[in-house]
Amino acid sequence: MKLTLHVWRQKDAKSKGKFAVYQANDILEDMSFLEMLDVVNEELIAKGEEPIAFDHDCREGICGCCSLYINGRAHGPKRGITACQLHMRSFKDGDTIFIEPWRARPFPVIKDLIVDRTALDRIIQAGGYISARIGSAQDANAILIGHDQAEASMDAAACIGCGACVAACKNASAMLFVSAKVSHLALLPQGLPERESRVLNMVAQMDKEGFGACTNTGACEAECPKEIKITNIARLNREFLRATVI
Amino acid sequence: MGWFFRTFYSTIGKKLIMSLTGLFLCSFLLVHLTGNFQLFKDDGGEAFNHYSEFMSTNILIRILEIGLFLGFALHMTEAFWLYFLNKRARPVAYAKNQASENSTLISRTMIWSGSIVLVFLLVHLKSFFFDHRIIGSELTMYQGVVQAFQDPLYSWFYVLAMVLLGFHLNHGFQSAFQTLGLNHKKYTPLIKTVGLLFSILVPLGYITMPLYFLFTK
Repeated sequence: MKLTLHVWRQKDAKSKGKFAVYQANDILEDMSFLEMLDVVNEELIAKGEEPIAFDHDCREGICGCCSLYINGRAHGPKRGITACQLHMRSFKDGDTIFIEPWRARPFPVIKDLIVDRTALDRIIQAGGYISARIGSAQDANAILIGHDQAEASMDAAACIGCGACVAACKNASAMLFVSAKVSHLALLPQGLPERESRVLNMVAQMDKEGFGACTNTGACEAECPKEIKITNIARLNREFLRATVI
Repeated sequence: MGWFFRTFYSTIGKKLIMSLTGLFLCSFLLVHLTGNFQLFKDDGGEAFNHYSEFMSTNILIRILEIGLFLGFALHMTEAFWLYFLNKRARPVAYAKNQASENSTLISRTMIWSGSIVLVFLLVHLKSFFFDHRIIGSELTMYQGVVQAFQDPLYSWFYVLAMVLLGFHLNHGFQSAFQTLGLNHKKYTPLIKTVGLLFSILVPLGYITMPLYFLFTK
């Protein structure tokens, strides 16, 4: 495959970035999107140019590091996957591909396609944990949790914190992320003692970081690689109401 | 800052105000529409004039009118406030963005459908509230309505605004329940169906009025 890439290049957080155009030749359709970038980078290094900086770690869709806005979609054109799980067979020979970093005020670009997502970490630090002593590993059935409850909690816990929800949202809102974290703990008995303070502190931190507000377009749900549902945002709203008004 | 301001200053709190005022305004749309159907009574406007006289003189209605005004004012203030906050959250736009792949145009353009409905509301208030109730007119309310709707430009603008109101309600109605935390597989399909019907039937009901007077009088 031969492809034309328009890649966002930016030296550092303070510099002004711009698109650079690269020709990617000899791309196999079985390569992942990140492997395709590896090939392009090998060529750039061979020519003595600066390789394209992009975030990656596990390359199997569980770490949430890869964060590419590919052809106008978070993690590219396919649903329910991260950029590393996207394969070049999803594109055609001769395609032009735009590759941009996540765009949001709380996610400043560090270099090229890498953005600083520590805003999400600070939201977790504000309340996305339990502080009860849990001791050593318990017997699996020591605390009884209903099946539906456990499933709903696990569905929310599938969030890998990649930030695709923020990237895809027209308001750069982090509510799907925050709602997943609030939901997964609010649904389990271990999360109940800090239920109110958790949602209040996490929402306060989310606002402080400068994320936008949810307008229920559902873009986050459609682009989430873990297919986390916006019913979690409804739960976040309920938890917030419960902790404030009720 | 007390808990009240802290709550409603937050992004979720602002959305709560949007949803509550939005649903309140939905109830107004229904009441206003039902009352105005008296325009179709074939009595030369007697029933309608009687109704409009009652609405503008009854003390309870006048008090509720203040609530209605506040409902509109809050809904708009919060809308523009959120719009600018949300704009600020993405200072650099994407060079290529395929939003249509993940969301509907209607849901992304609430500020525009709402703004056009706001312009309509101002024009509407000028012709039927300001001119009749504040300045005073020698025409009866019914005659005022007939006169206004005989102007094709006025009538078609009315129709356009109602279509956009329909789009606005199409997303807004069900979205209000999501914001209130009401999303469950048991009743959300019902909310969505009611919302869809509301967003079609209510604007359609209003549209019949200018078209009736434009083509029959």
